[in-house]
Amino acid sequence: MEIILAIVIGVLYAAGVYLLLRRSIVKLILGLIFFSHATNLLVFLAGSLSKVSPPFVQEGQKVAQASVADPLPQALVLTSLVIGFGITAFALVLIYRFYQSSGTVDFDQLKED
Amino acid sequence: MSNPYSNIFRIAATKLRPLLFILSLIVLYRGHQQPGGGFIGGLMAASAYILYALAFNSAEARRKLPLSTSALLGTGLAVILVSGLLSVLAGEPFMTGMWTTLHLPFGQELHLGTPVLFDAGVYLAVIGVLLTIMFDIIDIE
Amino acid sequence: MQLIRIVGVVFFLAFLTPFIDKRLGKISGYLYALLPALLFTLLLKQLPDIIDRHFIIQSIDWFPLLHVHLSFYLDGLSLLFALLITGMGTLVFIYSGYYMQHYPMRGRFYFYILLFMGAMLGLVLANNLITLFLFWEITSFSSFLLIGFNHERPEARAAALQALLITGFGGLAMLAGFVLLGNVAGSYELTDLLQDGAVVKGSKMYMPLVLLILAGAFTKSAQFPFHFWLPGAMEAPTPVSAYLHSATMVKAGIYLLARLQPILGGTDLWQFSLGLAGAMTMLVGAYFAFTQFDLKKILAYTTISALGMLVLLVGIGTELAITAMVIFLIVHSLYKGALFMIAGAIDKTVGTRDIRHLGGMWPVMPVAAVATFLTLFSMAGLPPFLGFIGKEVIYDAKVQAPEIAVYLAILAVAANIFMVAVAFLFGHGVFFGKKKDPPKIPREPAIPLLIGPVVLSVTSLFMGIYPAILTQPLVLPAIDAVNASPVKLHIQLWHGLNLVFLLSVITVTLGLTLFFFRKPATKALRKFNQRYFKIEFADLFRKLVESFLSFTKRHTEVVQHGYHRFYLMLIFIVSSLLVWYQIYHTRGWGFEANWEEVPFYLIGISLLIITAALGAVFTRSRLVAIILLGVIGYAMAFIFILYGAVDVAITLILVETLVLVLFVMVVYHLPSYMPKYSRPTSRIRDGIIALVFGGFMTALVLKAEFIKISPPISDYFLKEAFTKGHGRNIVNVILVDFRGLDTMGETVVLMIAAIGVFSLLKLKPKKKKEE
Repeated sequence: MEIILAIVIGVLYAAGVYLLLRRSIVKLILGLIFFSHATNLLVFLAGSLSKVSPPFVQEGQKVAQASVADPLPQALVLTSLVIGFGITAFALVLIYRFYQSSGTVDFDQLKED
Repeated sequence: MSNPYSNIFRIAATKLRPLLFILSLIVLYRGHQQPGGGFIGGLMAASAYILYALAFNSAEARRKLPLSTSALLGTGLAVILVSGLLSVLAGEPFMTGMWTTLHLPFGQELHLGTPVLFDAGVYLAVIGVLLTIMFDIIDIE
Repeated sequence: MQLIRIVGVVFFLAFLTPFIDKRLGKISGYLYALLPALLFTLLLKQLPDIIDRHFIIQSIDWFPLLHVHLSFYLDGLSLLFALLITGMGTLVFIYSGYYMQHYPMRGRFYFYILLFMGAMLGLVLANNLITLFLFWEITSFSSFLLIGFNHERPEARAAALQALLITGFGGLAMLAGFVLLGNVAGSYELTDLLQDGAVVKGSKMYMPLVLLILAGAFTKSAQFPFHFWLPGAMEAPTPVSAYLHSATMVKAGIYLLARLQPILGGTDLWQFSLGLAGAMTMLVGAYFAFTQFDLKKILAYTTISALGMLVLLVGIGTELAITAMVIFLIVHSLYKGALFMIAGAIDKTVGTRDIRHLGGMWPVMPVAAVATFLTLFSMAGLPPFLGFIGKEVIYDAKVQAPEIAVYLAILAVAANIFMVAVAFLFGHGVFFGKKKDPPKIPREPAIPLLIGPVVLSVTSLFMGIYPAILTQPLVLPAIDAVNASPVKLHIQLWHGLNLVFLLSVITVTLGLTLFFFRKPATKALRKFNQRYFKIEFADLFRKLVESFLSFTKRHTEVVQHGYHRFYLMLIFIVSSLLVWYQIYHTRGWGFEANWEEVPFYLIGISLLIITAALGAVFTRSRLVAIILLGVIGYAMAFIFILYGAVDVAITLILVETLVLVLFVMVVYHLPSYMPKYSRPTSRIRDGIIALVFGGFMTALVLKAEFIKISPPISDYFLKEAFTKGHGRNIVNVILVDFRGLDTMGETVVLMIAAIGVFSLLKLKPKKKKEE
């Protein structure tokens, strides 16, 4: 089942790369979001997908059962999601200010100024 | 500014705000044992106020907050630091988890530890960050 | 005595200068002099112990795993240097107290010079080579700041940069040499290395490490062909020239060579390199000193010559040569420090230091004149001054040097003839001859300016007259340290009528002859210089730096073109190709694709994500694009739930919703269409790059699946989450307990993002009034 998710990751990265190479700043942000989605999935996949029960210690037990999923990639992805939000917000505000002061949404105009 | 949103949205926002807020506290509290925690709780609590700000305006939402957004941020970070430093006071390395059990009347037990305090700090900081960002963006005219 | 405290207290005072200077104002310089004076007496008290060979070794672990320690070592050699540093330091601070009192950035001056003093003390006391290097670099750095102290002057800035580049380059080479030395010997501690000389000399790395270390020592001690930074450094205020560029910092290279002589010395390579560089430097310095006009430049070139002499003596390396080196080191520091102070005092009181505008001033400044002449006699090597003893021993060492003795003696005599001539030229030019019109009316320089020269010249006189009492106790332990064996030696003023004395007589006679024919001689030599020595090393160096800068500028413009997408494209292409190659190289092309295991709902979700991604890429409506992104986010949340990541899924749904809101709120203010800026060809090109990149990520995931390097640390988390973390939600326990520091860092990052957003939106620049 990794094969299909690997393809999804590839498509997300390809979409991200394509959008990052555009001149429009809005597309740049979209590309960034694609990139973070793809990376989150990649990190998540780095743990094994063979065990699927949520990583909790059952009531009345001291040690988690052998069937629980790898908790570390989950913690990493959780962290990255929230940071990703901060980055996206900052980037969005940055392009807004860029548009405000330059009057264009074309990145190539930036070089001439 | 005239009201661009429907009354239904406003009423929903008004009713949902305390509900979501209380829910976020529950999620925060039980986060160490069951799904939830500081991040999720913070996101929920912030959503409550963002919803309110969208329905009315950010000034109104700010007034409903017990603290200013920047104070929330600062308090959050301070709580995180304090939870880490408590163990230093006890002679352990920074951020060693310390636990204690309070015996409440009626045989109840309350299991408290510095990681829970840490989570509360994360909760406050996340609210502070999200609301600072969102309110500022809503303020763009 | 704690050696680290001696170094530390100087740095401590350095960082207090901003507060002290504000309170005390002009008198602060005199007060700073108390510290080196105190340290001088403390160090002097150690002398009896050191003579009895009770050396001090102290060490504090710093990076124990890298064998780097803050370790210090006090033996005869380091004590001699430490005494020079603190003793000269005391006089220089008194001198600066007057000299610098009207400078606008006085506090900064004291900060730099104290920083230097601390570093210099650390350098000579350090026992660990890496610690030594650290202090070495601080001296280069503070020298840079002090040379460029009058930073309004472009010449000062250029000279400072030149000195920094040269000594910095040398310092880096030296560090490499130290690392090699440490690897060969297995320790960076000098006290260990002193036992391992034979191992080091026998190693294959001996030649590279010696050459690298010599690069450091030669640049610092202004050896030919790196000598030219020192005359340039005369742009610094005179106290700095007297302290750093004659008595202490330029001797750091000599110190290092003397220190390493027992470890590295005695080989052909060592003797040849030091001999050649030293002899060249000695001659070049003496020769150019003769034709200078600026008092400080004259002194700078004689300093270069003296440094060459010292290097040559270390290179010869016999017991007698080392004795000569140590004595001459003291002699030179005494007379050169004094002469610089006098040059500065004259400059300060008369307003010029150009020898063509000076003359006949001895009646108005008798004290300065007497001090100067006492000093100059020592420099010219006349009895009964210490300089005489110094020169005698030097000649003795050279006459007795093996094999090349004759040439060395001739070279030394030649250089000394110029020294004698220069000494008389200096004294005569300033105090005798015709009276000229300097910018200010000549009068006796102020007392603080004369304390230094008087003390130094008197010291030099007494050390010459009573060598057994004053000179021997200082000199012998230092020689002992370099030779690593006790010496039995009697230093005396009068050696009797022998070859060495004859050489002295010849030197003085020829020197005086050169002085009497100074007018035709300097004229002829200047003409000669103009014709044959047109190459100015400083200019050459500047051109080298300039051409390097223009070269890098041209290349930077090619690489740094300013189009973000081409930067990104380069990154994507290079990383794709490298990773593709690596995957092929290590794992081959075969993939294990097991489609049968894939559940149907996962295929559905994946197709949804892929379709939405393609739609988001090719749509021209922003709203459609962002809605499709939301679809992708929620679909991913579903995948997370499928594989047990409940918390992640909840977070993703909440974040995704907020991003949607955010995006709509911001993009609302931007133009409503997404224009097609690129041409079809570039879109196809980008499409190919994107597919190559995406493809390698897919391949990477598939290949990585089958590599298990070590057991995952998650096993620990699974086992200990409840017993140690007291929580059943393992992800949460990781976030707030096991990896709590990461989470704290993340919160800080978030806070920075929030502050960024706030400052971008709320702190708008004030609009210009014309608009």
